[in-house]
Amino acid sequence: MEAAPSAPSPLVALVGNPNCGKTALFNVLTGSRQKVANYAGVTVERKEGSLSTPSGLKVRILDLPGAYSLDPLTPDEQVTADVLLGRRAGETSPDFVVCVTDATNLRQNLRLVLSLKRLGLPMVIALNMTDIARRKGIVIDAVKLAAELGVPVVETVGVKASGAVALVNVLDKLTAPAQPRQAAVWRTPTAADIAHDQNEVRRILGAVGGDRLDGITPSDRIDAVVLHPVAGPLILGVILFLVFQAVFAWAQAPMDAIKAGVGMFGEWVNHALPASLLKDLFVNGVLAGVGSVLVFLPQILILFFFILSLEESGYLPRAAFLLDRVMGSVGLSGRAFIPLLSSFACAIPGIMATRTIQNPRDRLSTIMIAPLMTCSARLPVYALIIGAFIPRREVWGGLELQGVVLFALYIAGIAGAMGVAYVLGRSGGGVRLHSLLLELPAYHWPNLRNLGIGLWQRVEIFLSRVGTIILSLMVILWALSSFPAPPPGATGPAIQYSIAGHIGAWLAVIFAPIGFNWQISIALVPGLAAREVAVGALGTVYALSASGSDVSGALTPLIAQSWSLPTALSLLAWYVFAPQCLSTLATVRRETNSWRYPIIMAAYLFGLAYAGSWITYRVASALTG
Amino acid sequence: MGTILIYNCDMEMIQNSGIPHSAAATGPASAAGGAVQLADLATGAPARVLSVSPADAGSADSVASTGLSRRLAELGFLPGERLRIVARGFLGREPIAVRIGTGTFALRLFEAACIRVCPERSLLP
Repeated sequence: MEAAPSAPSPLVALVGNPNCGKTALFNVLTGSRQKVANYAGVTVERKEGSLSTPSGLKVRILDLPGAYSLDPLTPDEQVTADVLLGRRAGETSPDFVVCVTDATNLRQNLRLVLSLKRLGLPMVIALNMTDIARRKGIVIDAVKLAAELGVPVVETVGVKASGAVALVNVLDKLTAPAQPRQAAVWRTPTAADIAHDQNEVRRILGAVGGDRLDGITPSDRIDAVVLHPVAGPLILGVILFLVFQAVFAWAQAPMDAIKAGVGMFGEWVNHALPASLLKDLFVNGVLAGVGSVLVFLPQILILFFFILSLEESGYLPRAAFLLDRVMGSVGLSGRAFIPLLSSFACAIPGIMATRTIQNPRDRLSTIMIAPLMTCSARLPVYALIIGAFIPRREVWGGLELQGVVLFALYIAGIAGAMGVAYVLGRSGGGVRLHSLLLELPAYHWPNLRNLGIGLWQRVEIFLSRVGTIILSLMVILWALSSFPAPPPGATGPAIQYSIAGHIGAWLAVIFAPIGFNWQISIALVPGLAAREVAVGALGTVYALSASGSDVSGALTPLIAQSWSLPTALSLLAWYVFAPQCLSTLATVRRETNSWRYPIIMAAYLFGLAYAGSWITYRVASALTG
Repeated sequence: MGTILIYNCDMEMIQNSGIPHSAAATGPASAAGGAVQLADLATGAPARVLSVSPADAGSADSVASTGLSRRLAELGFLPGERLRIVARGFLGREPIAVRIGTGTFALRLFEAACIRVCPERSLLP
């Protein structure tokens, strides 16, 4: 009889200190494209992939959040401990542990190796980042290390496709488990264990070499400038400012090209197709809506180019160091910085990244303010309004005014977040200590392959959003805006008589005090599903309100004509604060395990947005007369 | 094996070995004996860790404080290890970046308060 094909595959867990390259190795082993970056806490979840070894064995590979020990202090470390100790529902301890160590930081990593050894699970050490170690002149005798530890050691390079061959060969010899493994038992190290491990680490490092403690490293030389009490914050300010300048300065040519492309395609469709409902759907619903969102792809990519480069270089934890006083002064954990910075891409990964925060109340405060960080989906809305209302001219010697306004909007979001954090901190009562305890990794040059993959993923995410959620919402909006048809003899644009027109007129009553017309009011509704949709929705609504069919792709001049400046500024203020998309609220619900916080979040953001817009509208109206 | 070589900080060693606490247990008076709080160490000056213990100053949350000193030990802040302050935050106070072993960690002052160190004067010019 043949062996059952469904024999369980061995389960292999990648474990190690934060930022030692587990996820890079996981990606090489499984062909996945999980996010990697140069700071601790990029991975906060258990991720599973699979590998077929040369002999045909299928191995399940688990990527786990980095941990300094199996006595977890943070929710992400808890995940790692639970998986290793078989405490997850329906799961036993892994069959095999790959303990990933950073060859450039073996002194620290060995402590975890020694305590993992005490677990008694079968294990191999992956001596990772050996390429960087060699460049730094650190040579570790892997054979000797294996002998000293009594555990096999293989060298790996997680950033190279061929970097895991030795590890794959080890995994190839694994056999499928005969029966479910007993859960491993963890014993918190005693003072004697700790002292013993410390001596062991020294002894082993002495035997295998590869420990150079003295001297000034290149990272130290960079830090001498970057972490300087005066120069450091200045450099941080300049970097952030340049990013926003670049978002406008570099994007013009590709944006014009996309705009022209969409426009030409619209023209062609206009002439090629006979007038029909289908053509109306395509030109006014799809092209006007989707086209107006698509234009912003270059700006989003430029923003991500900078975010990814900063993440890869190791600068982010330094920025957290520099801004720690500010964070501390409003009662935030210093560890909140990286989750908040991730929220500039999207609040969802940002909220998930709060799992690296130890104190549950600190974590909750960070979750509550994460949506105030300007996510990349808001960029199209900002860019549209800024493009239409803020003149392109230089101020203060060479600064592009549009970039300055964009920077100011980001600052407004941050200032709002700091204010909310302050209030949240106060309402809890009592002075608490907020921990930082953040590792500052050695600097790396951004890996061009990773950067390329990261940007390509953004293109895929953006295009799939455009192709699915944005496209379908556009079609729904088009339908709501086209039916019922206007009664015979009607004089206004057809959309005014449609369902959407009626909804808009009703919503406009609520939003009139903050200067929004009915077109904006309609666009806000689908904007709840995905923020960029508001831009597409304006495109569709205006295309349908216009008499001609020459509208596709040219939303900017339209709104420039039909909105007053106070209305535009008020809408910008609205978008700084307004409740996040529904998926963010769903993430908050999942991470806090209750409906309470997403509801509080939506309510306070709505209140802030309405108040902010009202003040902006009134002040701007008074100033412009 | 297991001995931790400390020079210049004999006073502190006596305290650690259980002999009744003197007035030196609080405040900078102990600096005379050579031992200082990590935060009081000059930037760039090499030192060795004397002790890592839950900070008693201003911490009401003893569980968190114990967790903190355990975590510091897990990061390598162990008696006898060499360290130096790499950088200090704005206005030269909080936070501090500390190099220990091959790693660098940013600490807030209350975290650094768990750590007493002994400057290596003999290595200074």
